[in-house]
Amino acid sequence: MRFKFGFTPLLGVLAAVAAPTPSALAYTAFVTNEKDNSVSVIDTEKMEVTKTFKVGQRPRGVILSNDAKWLIVCTSDENLIQVYDTKTYELVKTLPSGPDPELLTLHPSGNPLYVANEDDNLVTVIDINSGKVVTDIPVGVEPEGMGMSPDGKVLVNTSETTNMAHFIDTETKKTFDNVLVDARPRVAMFNNAATQLWVSSEVGGTVTVINPKDRKIIGKVNFEIPGITRQAIQPVGVRITKDDKLAFVALGPANRVAVVDTATLQVIKYLLVGQRVWQLAFTPDYKYLLTTNGASNDVSFIDVAALKVVKSVRVGRYPWGVVVAPF
Amino acid sequence: MAATKAAIRRRFAGKFLFALCGLALACVLARELAIGVSPVRAEDAPASAAPTEATAPGAPAAPASKDGAEAAPPPNKDALVVPMLIAREMRDEPLPISLLDLPPADLGVAGAKLATADNNTTGRFMNQQFTLEEVDEHDPGKLVEDVVKKVDAGAHFILADMAPATLLKLADAVRGKDALIINYGAPDDRLREEDCRANVLHSAPARSMLADALTQYLIWKKWNRWLLVLGPGDNDKLFADAIRRSAKRFGGKIVEERPFVYETGASRRSDGGYEQIQQQIPTFTQSAPEYDVLIVADEANVFGDYFPYRTWDARPVAGTAGLVAASWHPAIELWGGTQFQNRFKRLSDRYLRPEDYNAWLAVRMIGEAASRTKSNNFKELATYLKSPQFEVAGFKGVGLSVRDWNGQVRQPIPVVTPKLLVSVSPQPGFLHQTSELDTLGIDKPETKCKAYTQ
Repeated sequence: MRFKFGFTPLLGVLAAVAAPTPSALAYTAFVTNEKDNSVSVIDTEKMEVTKTFKVGQRPRGVILSNDAKWLIVCTSDENLIQVYDTKTYELVKTLPSGPDPELLTLHPSGNPLYVANEDDNLVTVIDINSGKVVTDIPVGVEPEGMGMSPDGKVLVNTSETTNMAHFIDTETKKTFDNVLVDARPRVAMFNNAATQLWVSSEVGGTVTVINPKDRKIIGKVNFEIPGITRQAIQPVGVRITKDDKLAFVALGPANRVAVVDTATLQVIKYLLVGQRVWQLAFTPDYKYLLTTNGASNDVSFIDVAALKVVKSVRVGRYPWGVVVAPF
Repeated sequence: MAATKAAIRRRFAGKFLFALCGLALACVLARELAIGVSPVRAEDAPASAAPTEATAPGAPAAPASKDGAEAAPPPNKDALVVPMLIAREMRDEPLPISLLDLPPADLGVAGAKLATADNNTTGRFMNQQFTLEEVDEHDPGKLVEDVVKKVDAGAHFILADMAPATLLKLADAVRGKDALIINYGAPDDRLREEDCRANVLHSAPARSMLADALTQYLIWKKWNRWLLVLGPGDNDKLFADAIRRSAKRFGGKIVEERPFVYETGASRRSDGGYEQIQQQIPTFTQSAPEYDVLIVADEANVFGDYFPYRTWDARPVAGTAGLVAASWHPAIELWGGTQFQNRFKRLSDRYLRPEDYNAWLAVRMIGEAASRTKSNNFKELATYLKSPQFEVAGFKGVGLSVRDWNGQVRQPIPVVTPKLLVSVSPQPGFLHQTSELDTLGIDKPETKCKAYTQ
């Protein structure tokens, strides 16, 4: 905490130096505040919170509909999914989910919605227009991470206690392969070419990179930070740049985001952000990466080209999920 | 909280519990039968390496869950079977004074059953199947005999909750056989130290770990001066020893020790009763030297809970009552704990106690070893469990591993009040060259255990 505050003025200066040019596109970021039951709306050009609106109890995972008209939020303590209008911030409708929904993903076609249903060892498939459950897919204990292949044919779910990445055929809605990874897998992320699937293991402290074609493990990313114990390194959020060359991995209570070369799987840099960094999102132009820093109640902006943290923006309490809309 | 107790008191509690929640219990039993994790008594069918349809835990994905889970594929007929045994020595001990602390009949066993179901959900994808048999016995000699028979019939993994002497007899009786014991009940340090055995691992935290977890928090709080109140029980003496050791390690000061004497065999309740206690405890704690915290050593919970809010000086109470260190607390929601608590409650219709957590962890350790080695071969699993590669997640935020000098599972330890988590030790500032978790309990350079180095 003290360390971080010490840096804040410096970050301010950096932000001034690296302030976006007037031609840069402004986007809108939505951040779920787990403890405040609210969503902070950030103007990514000004890097300021422009609005905070109340949502249901314990908002966590958050995504946008394909047309970006809907903000789809897991409100975990209400055991349902809320859909908000991204312009008016009004509640449009609620969708069913099992107890305690946490992470979700959409089919690239825009429908259906896939939700990890932690309490029931199921992935629930929901039609977002009718709001009906299409089917449930049995997976391992405590399903969590949801990764969708770019062509929409394969959904990967991670199960936190079974420690697997379950490969699900979105046509047949059945698992067709299961890959064991390190303890407590949290997030599954395909690269854009669909040649790599990245799975972060929070307790194992590693990221497993899998070839989605044959489900063989390509390699593992290990993290070492001087002065930080191995136990404090808890990889969660993963995002990969548009050209697939770099991956960013949020390391939880290590308070850093690792920048990883996707070819060598070696860390090239650690970026100090806020405390307990969990989820990540790029702006649509891939210029900035936003991080949710749960324990310090802020969002860091990382300049992707410069690999520098340029700004931290105060949001609500315990920011959890983040998504950026193309407007 | 029955936090640090190894002992079980089912004989006393059995009747009471049945009277109290007979209906609930019947429901739970019916549900267990429905999901097929059926308890097999000692006198029933012998352990079988190839389970029949009846004992096979079919589709245990999510008991009492939605329709989808029932549709989960059943384990293959050719699944690799990992047979486990949970063995409990039924001891007669006085009942705790609080109605909330009365031990349920399935203490520990319920945790083992949940982990068996968890392992089997994973097992569906690994073509592995885990079976759990129960052996409950009052007579220590007969218990050892029964367990040895089961081991000879193919049960390799024994989850044990028994008195230290019985545990040692069992460890020696199965020495050289394909058997590994995981002690989930006894916190006794001697089982990890001078009396350690190479065929015993410990998922239950040692008493010294619990004492260190609690006192690290007190030191962090700068409440360094302790008034130690000891009960007359053997375990109370051991608890007091652990507190004295912690005081020395971390710079606490025991300003005075006061033995608390009570009438053994007295009824745990009567109509009224508080009037006398209200007078007795202030008097007992009068004229103490300056102190910050009263630490009470009463592992059976037969008097310690009388101390909070009744001391002469306005002081907090810690130890076995008030603020306690325990491997688990039914209100923990950190690190995905909510789902874990929910699963347990659905399966057992009660809250998850530390003993259940310890047993759950023991069974998950076996499951983890089986999925990592992709094997059910005893030697492969046992070797893996003791190897530096072994790590298991246990809803404590970090991976849990086994100390290679005495077989103890290293783990963060919650410091709790009856209703909530207060902190998790190790505390900030307690440093260690390899793992901060090793600031809790007896560390490698101090160990008296030789079985692991030979």
